[in-house]
Amino acid sequence: MLQFIMRRILMMIPTLFAISIVTFIIIQLPPGDFFTTYISNLAAMGESVDQTMVDAIKQEYGFGEPIYVQYGKWIWKIITQGDFGKSFQRGQPVTEVIGDRLALTVVLSLFSLLISWLIAFPIGIYSAVRQYSIGDYIFTFLGFIGLAVPGFLIALVLMYIAFKYFNQSVGGLFSPEFTDAPWSMAKVIDLLKHLWIPTLIVALEGTAGLIRVMRANLLDELHKPYYITAKAKGLSEFQALIQYPVRVALNPWISSVGWVLPGLVSGATIISVVLSLPTTGPMQLQALLNQDMYLAGSFVLLLSTLTVIGTLLSDILLAWIDPRIRYQ
Amino acid sequence: MSQPELPVPAQTSGEPVEAEFEERESQVMVASQWKLIWWKFRRHKLAMISGVVVLGIYLVALFAEFFEVFPPDQYAARYTYAPPQTVHIIDTSSGTPRIAPYVNGYKVAIDSFSLRRTFVVDPEQKIPFRFFAKGFEYKIFGLIPADRHLIGPVNPEDPLYILGADALGRDLLSRVVAGARISMSIGLLGVAISLVLGIILGGISGYYGGAIDNIIQRIIEFLRSLPTIPLWMSLAAALPVNWPPLYVYFGITVILSFIGWTGLARVVRGRFLALREEDFVLAARLDGAPQMYLIMRHMVPSFLSHIIASITLAIPGMILSETALSFLGLGLRPPVVSWGVLLQEAQNIRAVSTAPWLLLPGLAVVIAVLSLNFLGDGLRDAADPYGR
Repeated sequence: MLQFIMRRILMMIPTLFAISIVTFIIIQLPPGDFFTTYISNLAAMGESVDQTMVDAIKQEYGFGEPIYVQYGKWIWKIITQGDFGKSFQRGQPVTEVIGDRLALTVVLSLFSLLISWLIAFPIGIYSAVRQYSIGDYIFTFLGFIGLAVPGFLIALVLMYIAFKYFNQSVGGLFSPEFTDAPWSMAKVIDLLKHLWIPTLIVALEGTAGLIRVMRANLLDELHKPYYITAKAKGLSEFQALIQYPVRVALNPWISSVGWVLPGLVSGATIISVVLSLPTTGPMQLQALLNQDMYLAGSFVLLLSTLTVIGTLLSDILLAWIDPRIRYQ
Repeated sequence: MSQPELPVPAQTSGEPVEAEFEERESQVMVASQWKLIWWKFRRHKLAMISGVVVLGIYLVALFAEFFEVFPPDQYAARYTYAPPQTVHIIDTSSGTPRIAPYVNGYKVAIDSFSLRRTFVVDPEQKIPFRFFAKGFEYKIFGLIPADRHLIGPVNPEDPLYILGADALGRDLLSRVVAGARISMSIGLLGVAISLVLGIILGGISGYYGGAIDNIIQRIIEFLRSLPTIPLWMSLAAALPVNWPPLYVYFGITVILSFIGWTGLARVVRGRFLALREEDFVLAARLDGAPQMYLIMRHMVPSFLSHIIASITLAIPGMILSETALSFLGLGLRPPVVSWGVLLQEAQNIRAVSTAPWLLLPGLAVVIAVLSLNFLGDGLRDAADPYGR
């Protein structure tokens, strides 16, 4: 087992290396760069630019030099100093810009994740055990609708309903008076008041798919002899169900649970944009649109790394839980 | 509804099946694979209905101009945010009911509070419209000139906004119809590109196995380890702003297929791996069948049905992705009309609260995606007529 983990960790290194190269190429793809746009924008407003400052930054990051030199400078700083570069737009280090929003994003994602599991598992189990019952049909139907409706549409509709019938604005995570206020008890309460709607919307997006997966997996297990044996031996239906088939049916979910990790950090980008939540998603979108390349690139790199780590965690978890899996 | 649904053909399967069972059984023995698939598929009622809906949507997309009332980019400042009109088919005002389709006109009222013009439906005013009316001129497939439309106002100057109008007074119905062409075709084209890549690479991977298989599988794993949405966003943001719409359209399609092919490649590879060991393939090989012939004549037909099902299930994903990208302003851009572009106008709460009908393109997305999903589900169940 330990050997397996070590080997997997070693294999991650070339993958991460490849990911960093691809990321860098992608963020370099847009024609022009941040400064050309920035300078022309300033010039359009009749202001002049401190050319020496721009030159200094360009020098630092190797603008105008071949792409592999730029890549080398970027990756070297990340490895040696943990310095992901600077956000040009905000003039702050990337780590600070992302860090500012990270806590709220993780809280939001974590809550919605828990909610979606809490909803999806019982419903999935119910749908499988009572297959073709009225309840199963209703949940199946709702599940399909849930899969077909884009999350941002649900967000828009809920926003409209809240605005029209409850006269409440849903956007944002804070009331205006708390937006820039320092943290206090009142601010936390205000946050919780605003948090539940976006949490619910984000949670609903993943729920439908999870119900389908849970139902299908459990259905496969319910006809297996071991479950019949367990019931024949006199275990109550609930006990027999939870102890055996549900455990097995969770395996495919475990094998993908690692992908939750990048999801925690990226939040639900599109929903966040619609609801104007101060999470990392809208920041990433802004960075891409403004060609704030180190911010955008570092973020993609961070997410990819988390995906790779998440996959590894999933594999380890699966090997640990499912005794049928052997590694040589 | 935006898409006129075609009448559902009468279900021929049902009770007669029981009666003809004996005869059926003898037919089953000699029926071709596609016939078996069709029989199995027909039993899945929801999938059948969805199939008809999908067909209807693609017909609307194909003959979009015919279903449009006005040119989708024709604006009318007088009718900014005009609300949807109720359609009346039977006119009862003269005492005796007669078939005379009409909609009610608008009265303009100035909101004394916000000083904004608001439209009130005026039940006094009738705007007659007719089916197969003469309207703006267009060319079918860019070749055959025509000027007939499914519906059109009798007086071409009259406002006919069955789904309402947007901020520039453009007819939403016409725009949703025009959007169907872009949104539905981007799914098809994207899947076609993914399919070509998936079949070639997945086929090579599964057929030859060994080192080539290993390399291709590592590439697939690598592509799958990249986070999808940020990757799409980054790639879409990389499309130059000054590109003409057609380039952007193809650019987005290629970006969407860039990830999509990996899933199809896996399906194809799995099928190849399974089929390679089958007796009939071995027999053909021992018989000296050339490799290309072996693949095309013996292997491809036996997994084609699975591929078709996978494709159908892949299209809705593409449609949703395009919608999401365009909604964020990273995908297609006006003047191109797609469902995502239309929804972009409904992005802020102010627009939505003034004109909730701007969300209707979303309904079109949901119907299209839902029916494609059901259709794909039915196809997947029917794809293996010999199983169970």
